[in-house]
Amino acid sequence: MRLFIEQLLNGIAMGSIYALITLGLALVYGVMRILHVAHAAVFTVGAYVGLFIFQATGSLALAFVGSMVACAILGVVIERFVYFPLMKYPPFVPLIGSIAVMLSIEEVCRLVAGPYILTFPAKLPFPDIYAGGIQISSTLLAVYSITAIVLFFLWYITTRTELGLAMRAASQDISISGAMGINSHLIVSITFVLGSAIAAIAGILVGIYYNQVYPTMGAVPAYKSLALIVVGGLGSVSGAVIASMLLGVAETLLIGYANIPLPRDALAFIAMIGVLMWRSEGLLGSSR
Amino acid sequence: MSSYTITIGTIIVIQAIAVCGLNVIVGYAGQISLGHAAFFGIGAYTAAMLSTKAGLSFWTALPLVIAIGGFIGFLLGLPSIRVREDFLAITTIGINFIVEAVFRYVPFFGGALGIGGIPRIVFFGERLKGMTFLLLCLVFLFLVLLVCWWLTRCWASLACYAVRDEESAASTMGISHVRFKLLAFVIGTSMAALAGSLYAHYMQFINAGDFSFPVSVGFLSMLVLGGMGTIWGPVIGTLILGVLPEIFRPLVDYRILFYTLLLLLMIRFQPGGLLGEESAMRRVLAPILRRGKA
Repeated sequence: MRLFIEQLLNGIAMGSIYALITLGLALVYGVMRILHVAHAAVFTVGAYVGLFIFQATGSLALAFVGSMVACAILGVVIERFVYFPLMKYPPFVPLIGSIAVMLSIEEVCRLVAGPYILTFPAKLPFPDIYAGGIQISSTLLAVYSITAIVLFFLWYITTRTELGLAMRAASQDISISGAMGINSHLIVSITFVLGSAIAAIAGILVGIYYNQVYPTMGAVPAYKSLALIVVGGLGSVSGAVIASMLLGVAETLLIGYANIPLPRDALAFIAMIGVLMWRSEGLLGSSR
Repeated sequence: MSSYTITIGTIIVIQAIAVCGLNVIVGYAGQISLGHAAFFGIGAYTAAMLSTKAGLSFWTALPLVIAIGGFIGFLLGLPSIRVREDFLAITTIGINFIVEAVFRYVPFFGGALGIGGIPRIVFFGERLKGMTFLLLCLVFLFLVLLVCWWLTRCWASLACYAVRDEESAASTMGISHVRFKLLAFVIGTSMAALAGSLYAHYMQFINAGDFSFPVSVGFLSMLVLGGMGTIWGPVIGTLILGVLPEIFRPLVDYRILFYTLLLLLMIRFQPGGLLGEESAMRRVLAPILRRGKA
């Protein structure tokens, strides 16, 4: 039983990290209808920038802030120079562009920082908790609390502010919302700023959680988060979060208890194909 | 020709066959496929299994390989009727990951070790290697190009183009988009299977890593560079992306960056590719061609 609960806690942490990465993808898909594969590269850059600032200054807070700013800028640059000019083509054209951006950024990371696995020896300012013989490490606690804060912040922005209203309007119909006097291009850029800053947080958390930062760390999350937004319902942020949590728990428990011949990374795609066959609009998507 | 040139040439020709198949799916029918390497791999593994375990020769196995490749393409093409473009892109990525995982983790397919000892192709008692094998590949490429050319001329292709450009309008005209999407998938994946079979017999050793997702991205880059929906585009794209890294050998560390930046710049400024409609090269060549005709 104790083992089960510990596995479950780890699974929830995995799920939280997936959720932080997938959020940005769901937000961007919501307003632009583009599969932002390069989001995972933003996540990698976030981890590297965070690590470098941490090594230079020794301050984790500064690392978070600096990396969020850097990623926000990177996200807007990708949006302005790659996606926006390609909006008029069929959806696979920006998708190919996005894959190209992702692989180029990965390569730049490899050339700049080297192909090695760097360690991220940071200690998060959270206590270890012991309850009934179960230990929740400070890293796990940090992942939980930071995810909760980010989710609350995002919920507050999208439902309680005028900016959120504009974002929801743009995600329903970007041209009509433009006609209603909403500066839709600005909204798109703000969406990229938000999503990319969250990706930076996810990057640093993953770096600390596994104590590893390497150029291709974004590759598996890139495709897995694509499957996750499909499972959650394309463009549905809450669906994406629920799907991420479920996948995190399912993966951890399956590895712990069932002996499946397939690697855990294929599980997301199998779930996705199942969802497509059974309920093609996803868990929380609307059939548009 | 030195054996170095022949090796590079053979690989380029084999890839060109696979990219032609991708062109039928993406260029002609407008169905995005990001998992083409999976079909290339299915062809290669089928050929390898049939020749090493069942003891068939390349020639007797070939119809089977193409049929199996086409049939799996048909099965995996079924989701394309059901789902929208965005879903299809993700589904094909998923298919690539799952197929690679099956090859890597199922012991029947050799597991992580791959399959070795695949015999060379025997043609009238002669074992083909080097120049003769390159010639054989060129013959197959020629046949594939003939099929592509025929596809752009025949009624099926007009239907395909119609489905690609405006699906709902096409179905109002009585064109079943289901049938032509599936047809494109079957033809495209059987071409990939053919290329895979040649690849297996050429390398004599295959491994799941040869058919991973980056290979699919490579195929797509070649197609985008050359021009989607054109006949010669796949050949030109494969040739350029195959030859350039050899010329710039000293810069080998920057090769992937170069590939991806080229793909990015092409898709950003010339989504039609070098030979596509409205491309710069076409605009330069068009007046000359027209004068030639008149």
